[in-house]
Amino acid sequence: MTRTVSGMLAGLALALLAGHAAAQDSIKIGVTQPLTGAFAASGNYVAQGAKLAEEEINKAGGVLGKKLQLVIEDNKSNPTEAVATAEKLINSDKVPVLMGAWSSTLTLAVMPKLEEYQVPMLVETSSSGKITTSGNPFVFRISPTSEMEAKAFAPLFKTMNIKKADFLATNNDFGLGASKEFSQAAKANGVEVGVMETMDPKATDFSAQLAKIKSSGADTLFVTTAVEQITLILKQAKDQQLPQKIITTGGSNSPDQLIAQAGDAANGTYHLVFFTPWFPEAVKNADVAKQFVALWNDKKFNVGGLTEGFRGWDGIHVIAAAISAAGKADAAAITKALWDVKVKGINGDISFIKQGPSGKESAQNVPSVYLIKIENGKVTRQ
Amino acid sequence: MDQLLQHTVNALILGGSYALLGIGLTLIFGIMRVVNFTHGELYAFGAYMMYMWVMLAGTNFYLALVLAVITGIGLGAMIEVVLLRRLRGADIDTTMLVMIGAWIALQNLEQFTWSGVAKSISTPFPASPLVLGPISVSWNRLFVFVVASALIVATYALIHKSKLGKAMRATFQDRDTAALMGVEINRIHTATFALGSGLAAAAGALLGPVFVAYPSMGDLASLKAFAIVILGGLGSIPGATAGGFILAFMEELGAGYVSSGFRDGMGFLLIIAILLVKPTGLFARRERIG
Repeated sequence: MTRTVSGMLAGLALALLAGHAAAQDSIKIGVTQPLTGAFAASGNYVAQGAKLAEEEINKAGGVLGKKLQLVIEDNKSNPTEAVATAEKLINSDKVPVLMGAWSSTLTLAVMPKLEEYQVPMLVETSSSGKITTSGNPFVFRISPTSEMEAKAFAPLFKTMNIKKADFLATNNDFGLGASKEFSQAAKANGVEVGVMETMDPKATDFSAQLAKIKSSGADTLFVTTAVEQITLILKQAKDQQLPQKIITTGGSNSPDQLIAQAGDAANGTYHLVFFTPWFPEAVKNADVAKQFVALWNDKKFNVGGLTEGFRGWDGIHVIAAAISAAGKADAAAITKALWDVKVKGINGDISFIKQGPSGKESAQNVPSVYLIKIENGKVTRQ
Repeated sequence: MDQLLQHTVNALILGGSYALLGIGLTLIFGIMRVVNFTHGELYAFGAYMMYMWVMLAGTNFYLALVLAVITGIGLGAMIEVVLLRRLRGADIDTTMLVMIGAWIALQNLEQFTWSGVAKSISTPFPASPLVLGPISVSWNRLFVFVVASALIVATYALIHKSKLGKAMRATFQDRDTAALMGVEINRIHTATFALGSGLAAAAGALLGPVFVAYPSMGDLASLKAFAIVILGGLGSIPGATAGGFILAFMEELGAGYVSSGFRDGMGFLLIIAILLVKPTGLFARRERIG
């Protein structure tokens, strides 16, 4: 008995030592994503994309002669948990840089901790304007803000012959921010703004909102939320025979998943996306996009996840480039180096501009935005 | 006017499924006095069973519905026998903690088994809705409404007219006396919990195809079910039915005419108002069970 226990202890000690040795030969990157809870599907796709990047970078020799090692934590789609994961990654795993935290609400919750511990975070998905305008110099965002998205869309108000638009958004930083930016852009382009409706982020029944929208007299409905709610909205809009054409914003709208799950109700709808895996040749860095799609398919990951997964890939590549430029895995050096990175990403060339109050600027990338339409169960370019 | 008509139809249909969720919980929470946090998970379980039978096994839709309810009853019976039987006589805090544990475990099991991606379930109903002038409603929702109404009536009859129902009411009114009269207490506890769970699974199996199935779908369902039961009065089936419809109308009209941002808040506002006037809920008479 005693022998078994001491044997086990020795084994444990060895394992710990081995783990320690391995840790010294690698550079850690902390990732906080919603792997469970309401945003679980999207969070897992981003994590899968990040792991593909880790694998590919390590295959090519790693960074600074060391292997990259992702430490991925589950923030459970919950802001309190998001803060806890960030503290755990920074204090216990000693990561010099983070990537996260998917939704705007989760990212905003983590941000004060970045300032407290002086650790930079690459923001891969969130789109609320507040993230880069609140004066947090440790935020580096590669995803577009709702304002950028609305600006990119602005010329289409005329092209698509939109006269009056309604808005339906999920009741959080992401949805409300997008509704505000898009309705302002609409007004600036001479489009009348109809009703502005919201829904609880957990809601599954939108009959009341849709009944109101149905009789508003608008020709277009802008919807901002994640793919799960979009699926239900498309189905219910068809049930209630909404006359409006539907445009979804925010890029978390996975058209493949909509086609699979909303079926016929997805036909004729428009979606703003930040990556077009259906025609990777059309994006700026087609070679990177094709490589990513091939790796994703090799792993037999869900095709519907490509439009989320690319964020993880781009994010980890940007962080790897910054570590490499910094010359050491140190939070302050990486923060400094991130400002000068230039990375050929799936979503175009990634580099950062300054946003927010002077002296405390946050970093913002200017990404590409594409409009696609679903027709006869297929994605078409617009 | 057209908008009001559409709201009314929507609220009626939504109310039917709320009522179904409510009566299942009122049996367990109202009559058995078990604060059942797994109610929403049984709802999710029903939806996933539907997904499994219809989408993976290719079973007939209506047969799948029956199978989903039967497996729901089975899971409910298992929870009662494995967890609650040992806790009989334990205080409410202990039972509550165990049920919270079961809730988390079940939800994570769902996530582990089916992954986080929402699953849609196809139905045999026509894709285009039923249109009557300015109102339109999907066939699937109409079907849910009809079946839910039938289940509510059947449950009421079971509790109030059958021998099993009488034994249930007797057991939870006075366990010792019921036992002395020859009622098998353990069997009644299991049957009541299983019946309530089966109704939750039925709600999930009916609504899964209307919405989609995803692991955390039970959370909101649970919350609404508790609200409905408290609104209607603990243990009252007519109360839970009325509660379900009142909540649905409040949400529909509140969102349609006041603000959709407070859609879920509207229902709770009403509950607070009603409880201020009638603290036992709408239909419960003092300490009467059934």
